[in-house]
Amino acid sequence: MKTRVGLVIVSHSSDVARGVADMVRQMTGEEIAVAWAGGNPAGGLGTDVKKIVAAIESVWSPAGVAVFVDLGGAETNSEMAVEMLDASKRERVVICNAPLVEGAIVGAAEAASGSDLQHVRKAAEEFLRT
Amino acid sequence: MGRMSPPDGDIAVFLHCLQAVCGELLANEAELSALDRAIGDGDHGANLCRAAHALLEAADDLSSLPLPKALERAGMLVVTSVGGASGPLYGTMLMALGRAWPQDATAGAVADVLEQAMEAVGRRGRSTVGEKTMLDVLVPAARAFRESVASGSLGAALQAMVDAADSGLAATRPMRATKGRAAYVGERSIGHLDPGAASARLCLRAVARVLCESGSKELRS
Ligand SMILES: [Mg+2]
Repeated sequence: MKTRVGLVIVSHSSDVARGVADMVRQMTGEEIAVAWAGGNPAGGLGTDVKKIVAAIESVWSPAGVAVFVDLGGAETNSEMAVEMLDASKRERVVICNAPLVEGAIVGAAEAASGSDLQHVRKAAEEFLRT
Repeated sequence: MGRMSPPDGDIAVFLHCLQAVCGELLANEAELSALDRAIGDGDHGANLCRAAHALLEAADDLSSLPLPKALERAGMLVVTSVGGASGPLYGTMLMALGRAWPQDATAGAVADVLEQAMEAVGRRGRSTVGEKTMLDVLVPAARAFRESVASGSLGAALQAMVDAADSGLAATRPMRATKGRAAYVGERSIGHLDPGAASARLCLRAVARVLCESGSKELRS
């Protein structure tokens, strides 16, 4: 089977991140790899660069990874996390400019259908604009 | 104007700065969080205190490194300990300083690197002066330092930097935030100081104080 784009859900809240990942899994089952990273390094609300790196690594494949984020710091920390990856992986990871829940669901559906990384991103980013 | 400090004293001065900055952050946690609570999520003080604890814990390790490496490593510690956007922003500043630190660290050369580091922070946050962020302190402070160091003593340049940081912070009060969590409160952000600008001013003041005290003998000449 062709490898599919993986998904990473990043939220300030670990409950939100885990919950969105659960919703994605409910839709796509085992068809795509989903990981989540939520909470700051001390376990409170916030995001953690190391956890985001680990989540990306855990679902990484040559098909790439689409990252979905909630608010500002989640995006900045995700960008930092992407830069900390090996250069060969970095260019196959995108941070989607889409609402967390809807974007992740649309992106997951697209990824499950076998679309490539750019199409997954495009579907997620354009969904609410149409 | 001479070097910022004798070459083998660089790391000692850095450690003093680090301790002063961390002390300042720990002492002002409540104030920084109160500023953030008014227009954001109220975690700025706690976030930076996590960084301060991580840095103080690593101080011995950092002191065994050459200064550029110590700056980079300190930046990475900030990135991985903060948990909010200020982590990558302050972390980027330190890493940019470390990567570009001049071999011959004259005040003028350091001033150029400092200004470049503030530009790197702006790129990281995709932000610029006037958007009610730490950049409203960092950018004018670095510029004032560079402009003043070209013509005057280090002490005068540090004073100019601190003065620019003060007025940069004050200037954030009437601004409407368009970046960061404060952008969500929109109009209601007007009338409040920006917490990131406030922490930036605290850090720059602490560094300036240490450099004035420790470096003045070499530098005033
Ligand atoms: Mg905050």
